[in-house]
Amino acid sequence: MSSPSTPSQQPVPHKVPDSEARDAFLYRLMANQLRLSVSCGAAFLIILLAMPALNYFAADLMATRVFGFTLSWFILGVLIYPIVWVISFVFIRRSIAMEEEESHWTLPK
Amino acid sequence: MKTMSLAIAGLILYSLGQQAAAAPEGRSFFAFDPWVLAFSLVTVVATVYMGFRSAGQSKSASDMMVAGRSVSVGMNASAISGEYLSAASFMGIASLVMLNGYDGLWYPVCFACGYLFLLLFIAGPLRRFGAYTIPDFAEGRFDSPTFRKIAVVFVLFIGFYYTMPQMKGAGIVFMHIFPGMGDWGYPIGVIIVGGVITLNVALGGMKGITLVQAFQYWLKMFAISVPAFVLMAWFGSYNGNLAINQTAPEVRAGVVAATVIARPEKAPADATWISPFGPMTTKAAKAANLPPEDQKFYGLIYTYSFIFALVCGTAGLPHILVRFYTNPDGVSAKKTTMWVMILIGIFYIFTPVYGVMGRNILPELYGLKSYAGTEGVVLSLPAQVPWVGPILSGITSAGAFAAFMSTFSGLLVSMTGAMAHDVYGKILRPSATAEQKMVAFKISAVAIGIISVGLGMLVKELNIAFMVGQAFAVAACSYFPLLFLSVWWRNITMPGAATGMLAGGLLCLITMTAKNLPDLKILPAAATADLTAFWNANPLLAILCEQPAIWAMPLSMILMIVVSKLTASQIPANIQHKMLVLHAPEKLGFRNEEYDEPSPQAH
Repeated sequence: MSSPSTPSQQPVPHKVPDSEARDAFLYRLMANQLRLSVSCGAAFLIILLAMPALNYFAADLMATRVFGFTLSWFILGVLIYPIVWVISFVFIRRSIAMEEEESHWTLPK
Repeated sequence: MKTMSLAIAGLILYSLGQQAAAAPEGRSFFAFDPWVLAFSLVTVVATVYMGFRSAGQSKSASDMMVAGRSVSVGMNASAISGEYLSAASFMGIASLVMLNGYDGLWYPVCFACGYLFLLLFIAGPLRRFGAYTIPDFAEGRFDSPTFRKIAVVFVLFIGFYYTMPQMKGAGIVFMHIFPGMGDWGYPIGVIIVGGVITLNVALGGMKGITLVQAFQYWLKMFAISVPAFVLMAWFGSYNGNLAINQTAPEVRAGVVAATVIARPEKAPADATWISPFGPMTTKAAKAANLPPEDQKFYGLIYTYSFIFALVCGTAGLPHILVRFYTNPDGVSAKKTTMWVMILIGIFYIFTPVYGVMGRNILPELYGLKSYAGTEGVVLSLPAQVPWVGPILSGITSAGAFAAFMSTFSGLLVSMTGAMAHDVYGKILRPSATAEQKMVAFKISAVAIGIISVGLGMLVKELNIAFMVGQAFAVAACSYFPLLFLSVWWRNITMPGAATGMLAGGLLCLITMTAKNLPDLKILPAAATADLTAFWNANPLLAILCEQPAIWAMPLSMILMIVVSKLTASQIPANIQHKMLVLHAPEKLGFRNEEYDEPSPQAH
């Protein structure tokens, strides 16, 4: 971090190799976690945001009856919950595995 | 305390005086349904007993505010679910589905799915930061006491907004238990429930309510699912009842046709009700007399903005976020979130069943005022089952009691924590001892409880889910951008965060209020008519003001980024350490020393 100091703050220490190593460590840590979060979030958003679009552009298809429900009602009222559970389960498993691996990374002091 | 007692007594007398003329004639004032009363009493007594029992274990400020950071995954998931499933979830969703059909389904879906965003982006890092309250996080992340003050204001504002519908739920259920009281039941219910919960929180704090909320989740699950199964066994299945609603006049096998009676004029037509872009999302376009295809397009815009508000709002509710601080570490916070999604998802599959069956079996509710009609469908519908109806109605009433009691408990802890810890302990008297902070917590709880009861008296005519939706929209445009960028972007500064949060939250509030002013009926008649005409002539503007999250949330984020770039010199000096605390696994040893405590064992 190369922010200049202000009177109300502690002076920012000059970057030393150790700090740079920690920056790289932090970057790798956050990039790994964010990649996983964004991919799971994107999967969820595609499903969720596709629903109104399908209702608008494919109204007849979404009005098809499935066990007495309309297809649209069946997805939103029943199916969406198990889909979200699967996404969160995948996230949790990978996230915990990733944290376990990160815990063994060599920590720059 | 004497002053507060007098205030409560005054409030009771005022309410009784206001309602005296409203008692229905020819019916005993204290007439009640014994089953409904019995189940509701058991819920209240169990709540009070568990609260008192747990209260004895609360020894420190950490116990009061974050339950000693020792709550296990299962217990915390049940407690968060218990806290989250409010009157809006237990009673409001069924009402919305009954009124609006398909469009009402977005509420439970987004209420549940918002937790996924919380899981993916916020829960783990927030817990690792190790604060006591969200304003703690706000100050700690930016090293700015000023920002704590801004954050406290939003905690209180969102909290009070969310409290009002819970109080309304208490009033409605009390009216249901004591029909002889007529309109008197409303203020009495608000005062009794508000008083009991305030006492529980003042005595036990977070540790006291965790067990209570966990118990209340399972009670609510039982209360929504068992009567639903009996209703389906008697009146036909969920899908069978839904199948009745179509353009062709056809009754499917498995549904008792005799139960389907003519609907009042206020009830939406079958095709409108079961299809997307119905009464809820196309209201503004219909008022503008737009052609049907244009109405659908405006309905699409409304739906997207609504999704943004509810999904992101869930991830920005302070009283929910604070519960993640009670987990021992970041991994357990993530596991807790996943279990919350499962627990509330199962619950939300059942709630629309009541709306669908209520439309067929109790259509007369469409013709009544909301608090006496559709908002009570969860309580009234089970009573239609022969023989066991009163018992089932008693069970759902107990569930409704659990719903607003648990959510109000959580809100009270969150707001009390903000007052006692942030305002008293950090702003007014930073040198206060632990004992003084404990006393401040108890006094704050009583004061906020009294204000909540007072606010509850004012919202009898407003829609429960409408009020909750407003609280979510404000959270989505203020806290969610703040938390998301603070966790994932190291270059955000305090001026940037404050500008975005204030602009997003306040613009959201102002536009929603402007749109809803005609409905609140507080303006002179001429002004109300002019404003209504203005909104009718500008349907797109009306939608964007009623559901502002679609533009206010991105605006808040853009402002945070732009102002942070302009004030880059104010990035906290130790930002590298802060980001490591947020993201590094606990085993690597990065800790926020201000809140450093020995690692507890989960119970």
